[in-house]
Amino acid sequence: MHIVVNGAPLQVPAGTSVAAALAQQTPGTTRTSVTGAARAPLCGMGVCHECRVRIHGRTHLACQTVCTEGMSIHTDVGTAPGNATL
Amino acid sequence: MQTTDVLVIGAGIVGAACAHALAQVGLSVRIIDARLGGATAAGMGHLVVMDDNPAELALSKSSLDLWHTWAPQIDAGCAFTACGTLWLAANEEELQAAHAKRATLQAQDVACEMLDAGALARAEPALRTGLAGALKVKGDSVVYAPRAAQWLVAQAAAHGTVVVEQAEATQIDGQTVTLRDGSQRSAGAIVLASGIHAPQLCPGLPLRPKKGHLVITDRYPGTVRHQLVELGYITSAHHSDGTSVAFNVQPRPTGQLLIGSSREFDTTDPTVNNTVMARMLQRALDYLPGLADLNAIRTWTGFRAATPDSLPLIGGHPEHPHLWLAVGHEGLGVTTAPATAQLLAAQISGGTPAINPAPYAPARFAGLSTP
Repeated sequence: MHIVVNGAPLQVPAGTSVAAALAQQTPGTTRTSVTGAARAPLCGMGVCHECRVRIHGRTHLACQTVCTEGMSIHTDVGTAPGNATL
Repeated sequence: MQTTDVLVIGAGIVGAACAHALAQVGLSVRIIDARLGGATAAGMGHLVVMDDNPAELALSKSSLDLWHTWAPQIDAGCAFTACGTLWLAANEEELQAAHAKRATLQAQDVACEMLDAGALARAEPALRTGLAGALKVKGDSVVYAPRAAQWLVAQAAAHGTVVVEQAEATQIDGQTVTLRDGSQRSAGAIVLASGIHAPQLCPGLPLRPKKGHLVITDRYPGTVRHQLVELGYITSAHHSDGTSVAFNVQPRPTGQLLIGSSREFDTTDPTVNNTVMARMLQRALDYLPGLADLNAIRTWTGFRAATPDSLPLIGGHPEHPHLWLAVGHEGLGVTTAPATAQLLAAQISGGTPAINPAPYAPARFAGLSTP
C-alpha cells in the first residue's frame, strides 16, 4: 500500500497503523511541542495524544488510525501557522 | 521540635501566596504540602475582577493590582497573559447588565469599556453573529497557576527563611502540627490553606465541594484573543443547588483553548460526567460554533471549596488563637490569592491590612465561634 508522509512516498503493508508507518521513517516522530521538541507515540492506545498528525486536513491520532491507499500524512500539528488542523 | 514563626499548610496558590507575603514581612515560614492536589492544579487560572458584592470586588481588585506588579518579574513558565475579559451580552437585558457592571467597576477605577455588536464582532470574529455587545475589562489576565504557585514559593525563599516540606499534616493542636509519620512541627502561628482538604484538619469549616469540568483543545493560535465569559455566568455561577453550565473560553499562550464551565454540588466523584460535559460543550457551541471543528485533547474535573456566602475565610479562627484560615476561595482562588495573603500577613504580623478584613473574617459563621 502506498502512502505519503510529509510529501515523501512510503510503502507499507496493509493494516499498518499510521504510528507504525511513521516509525519506519527518519526521525520517526509525530508532532512538535510548544518549545520545539520532537514528540513520538507514547501510550499507543489513544490516551496521551502525543501522536497527533494531520491527515487530509484533520487531526488524527496516529496510533488509532490505519493507513489507507494514497493517504497523505503531515506531522505539523500544532506548528502550522494560524490553525493547527489546517 | 523544629519551630518557625509561621507554618503554612498547603502549597497551592493561596498557601504559596501566604508564604510569600509572610516572608516579605520578615517572618520565617515552613510550608507543609501533602500533594493531594486541589483547585490550583485543576482550574483555569483566570485573573478576573468580580463584583457580585463590594467585598468580592475589593479583594479581587486589590489582588489584580498585585498580580500586575508581579507580572514583569514572573517567569515565562507561569504563562502570564494580559488578554483581558469580554463579558458577553447575548441580548438587550444582558447589555443593560453590562452597562451596570461597567459603572460598578469604573467607580473603583477598574479600566473597562463597552463594545457594541460591531466592535465585538471585530474583536472576536469567531463568536456567533447576533450578540448584543460586551464589556471589555482590560486588566484581567491568565496565569498557569501550578507554576505561579511554585514561583511564589521561590520568591518567598528569596525574601527570607522558607522551608518547604512534603508531608501530610494529620492534626493541629494549638501551636503544634502532627504529620502522618508521627513527627511534629511547631510554630508561632499556623495558616490553614489546604482548600477543600481543610475540614479534615479543622472540622466544622463551612466548605462544600463544588465540582467543575474543563476541556482543553489542540493548538489553534488566534482563534480567540480574549477570555470570553457570558454575562449569564453571573447568575448561573451562584446557584447553590442543581447543576449549571455557562460559556467560558480562555485562549492559552500555547494557542490552546480552555473550555468551561460547570458547577455541581453534592458529589465528590472526580469522574468526568459526560452528561454535564455535553451540556457545557453545547453551551460553548452556542457562542463559538467553530469549536465543533476543533480537537479536544483532555478533559478533567476539579473541586472548588465553596462557602455559604461565596466569600473566602481569611483571618483568625475564633476558637483557636494560633490558627489562621485562608480557605474557601471557590473559583476565585488564583485571582484573590495575593490580597488574601496580604490581609493575613498584616493580621499575623500586627500590620495594617490594605483592605477592610471584616467581610472575610471566619467568625461571621456562627458554627465556628460556638462549637
